[in-house]
Amino acid sequence: MGEAIVITSGKGGVGKTTTSANVGTALALHGKRVCLVDTDIGLRNLDVVMGLENRIIYDLVDVVEGRCKIHQALVKDKRFDDLLYLLPAAQTSDKSAVKPDQMKKLVDELKQDYDYIVIDCPAGIEQGYKNAVAGADQALVVTTPEVSAVRDADRIIGLLEKEENVEAPKLIINRIRSHMMKNGDMLDVDEITAHLSIDLIGIVADDDEVIKASNHGEPIALNPNSKASVAYRNIARRILGESVPLQPLEEENKSVFSKIKKFFGVK
Amino acid sequence: MKKNQNVTIKGTKDGLTLHLDDSCSYSELKKELDIKLSESSRAGEDRLISVRVQVGNRYLTSVQQEELKELIRQKKNLIVESISSNVITKEEAAKQREENEITSAAKMIRSGQVLEVPGDLLLIGDVNPGGTVLAGGNIFIMGALKGIAHAGCRGNKKAVVVASLMKPSQLRISDCINRAPDKDQHDEKREMECAYIDENEQITVDRLQVLMHLRPNITRLQGGS
Repeated sequence: MGEAIVITSGKGGVGKTTTSANVGTALALHGKRVCLVDTDIGLRNLDVVMGLENRIIYDLVDVVEGRCKIHQALVKDKRFDDLLYLLPAAQTSDKSAVKPDQMKKLVDELKQDYDYIVIDCPAGIEQGYKNAVAGADQALVVTTPEVSAVRDADRIIGLLEKEENVEAPKLIINRIRSHMMKNGDMLDVDEITAHLSIDLIGIVADDDEVIKASNHGEPIALNPNSKASVAYRNIARRILGESVPLQPLEEENKSVFSKIKKFFGVK
Repeated sequence: MKKNQNVTIKGTKDGLTLHLDDSCSYSELKKELDIKLSESSRAGEDRLISVRVQVGNRYLTSVQQEELKELIRQKKNLIVESISSNVITKEEAAKQREENEITSAAKMIRSGQVLEVPGDLLLIGDVNPGGTVLAGGNIFIMGALKGIAHAGCRGNKKAVVVASLMKPSQLRISDCINRAPDKDQHDEKREMECAYIDENEQITVDRLQVLMHLRPNITRLQGGS
């Protein structure tokens, strides 16, 4: 029996879809069977970020309305051998096409076959959010170090805490710019965690590579050389129960001189 | 005299007190009150005299109270100051108890959430921006207040708000409203503070130690030293 993880944020544009794609990919890299579910009906784009758009035949609404079987709608990711699948959202209907109890039934069915179901939640707190949360066992809340995103995260955490079947939500702080945090121009990690008072499961630095990779339809988690990729892989390891220290935020000073100074213990 | 009087008038230094017996029926009482007041009429005086009415262990509905007031007012220069009874309904008792109770809650009040209690509120946790706490009485917050707190929301002007970290977006006490300055003062420490309505009808924020002089009623401890 697998576990369903919903990835949500309240505010739009903080990186829910990117996080869903990469956490899912990173879990698959660990050899887990993963199914990504896009619940953003009408505005789907998890399929684009995963590079699976042109393989879609059936979608979530088709499954719910009985036009096809679940396995017919699942899109297999060829980069992984039978480990990573995507259940795409419909593009032609809207959020009201699915009801929370239908969604729960669907997720429960997927849990039989997969280790992790990663549910990408739409922005907002309406029908789409309710559908996404209905079948979830765990929740990851994504925020960025901006006051508006933190405010919405606070709201969504309040709503998640009322859900009986969902465990206490965990926090991902996305798009961190270390130099702005250091100058005090951005909320820092401790401030956000103290404000929201929930467990932090990962921090992801702002990285141009993420956008580049998304545009190519290849989740950044596949590229081991990027900082953001390591961050997503660390989140996956923490979901699997490992204890991994947080990445240091500051850029390592790479000049030879500073290395020598460090060697001699001079600051 | 064939029986005890149902209505007795007593003069004290604060004015007149009407004692109404609680063992007779209400209609009997009204009749006797009417007679009693008519016979002791002193039409000459035009000075208004206030009377207090004691009804003992009789429960009067608000309609009956109005009737009695009306009856006494019609009789020359008497004005009813108050009607006091030894009994209240269970509902009133429950309401009174609720309003005097301290409700404690250990939770975070997050954006969009509202917590309301009839009496005093003891919150063990934070009120985040966008969150609201309301209380009929005082509000004590053992965490950070960053949202809205409304003490004395049913009109109690003596109510206070106390917080370990006082950074509210808005403070309301009774019908007074006070909001945070537009410019954030980051350097300022706002720890262990209280807010109350001062003599100028303005909400003032001060160290919480001033409360023991300003609002001695907050102390519920009986005895001790």
